Amino acid sequence: MSDDMDFEEGGAVKKFMFVNRKAPYGTIYALEGLEVVLISAAFDQDVSLAFLDDGVFQLVKGQKTDGVEMKNFSPTYRALEGYDIEKLYVERESLEARGLSEEDLLVDVQVMSAAEMGDMMAQQDVVISF
Amino acid sequence: MKFSIMVSEGPYTHQATDSAYQFAKAALAKGHEIMRVFFYHDGVNNGTRLTVPPQDDRHIVNRWSELAAQHNIDLVICIAAAQRRGLLDENEAKRQGKDANNIAPGFRISGLGQLVEAGIQSDRLVVFGD
Repeated sequence: MSDDMDFEEGGAVKKFMFVNRKAPYGTIYALEGLEVVLISAAFDQDVSLAFLDDGVFQLVKGQKTDGVEMKNFSPTYRALEGYDIEKLYVERESLEARGLSEEDLLVDVQVMSAAEMGDMMAQQDVVISF
Repeated sequence: MKFSIMVSEGPYTHQATDSAYQFAKAALAKGHEIMRVFFYHDGVNNGTRLTVPPQDDRHIVNRWSELAAQHNIDLVICIAAAQRRGLLDENEAKRQGKDANNIAPGFRISGLGQLVEAGIQSDRLVVFGD
């Protein structure tokens, strides 16, 4: 728990980080993870999202899912700003290992090293990984 | 300390659910409180009373029901994840026009807000997944 919690009416604001580790369509984790993120916006918490491992594929531009008969939910990441969820962190090593760069992504993100990501996680009150 | 737990994997398929149970038991034995266990993704399958494991195996569903009754633990199954996977309580079965329900004693079906709330209200939220 961080020592510098803000107290507002209704209680403390905690730092929530949702860690996205899985590719968007091979399993349901990314889609159901995003559902949690959207709900969390209603609780006025300090929310951030981390993308690492195959999770970085969730943010790649130009997703086409007709062939696999699944809903392309990637436009939702662009809508997060409207929910005041603006802290999107992407691990540099995961991007590089997959031949990706920031230009391949469909939203503005902050790219950071694995070590920096670790520091960021250490600052959280609640870390939920998908 | 007040704990909540998130279970993200199905019973028998994955050890996450066993580890979560063992953690809960150990924490309770040390005098801690388990406020809520939230079942998400395939974890919702922990809450079907139609589960019939072989007689010489542990009964994961009954085990949760008994622990909840003994220690007043709130067992919550995510409604969206449950509906996708065919888990219904009496009210939902009626509402959806289905001819049966299958929720186990001590479990209730509710929204994802219960997970975020558990993160806010507990000292620690521990995630058991893949």
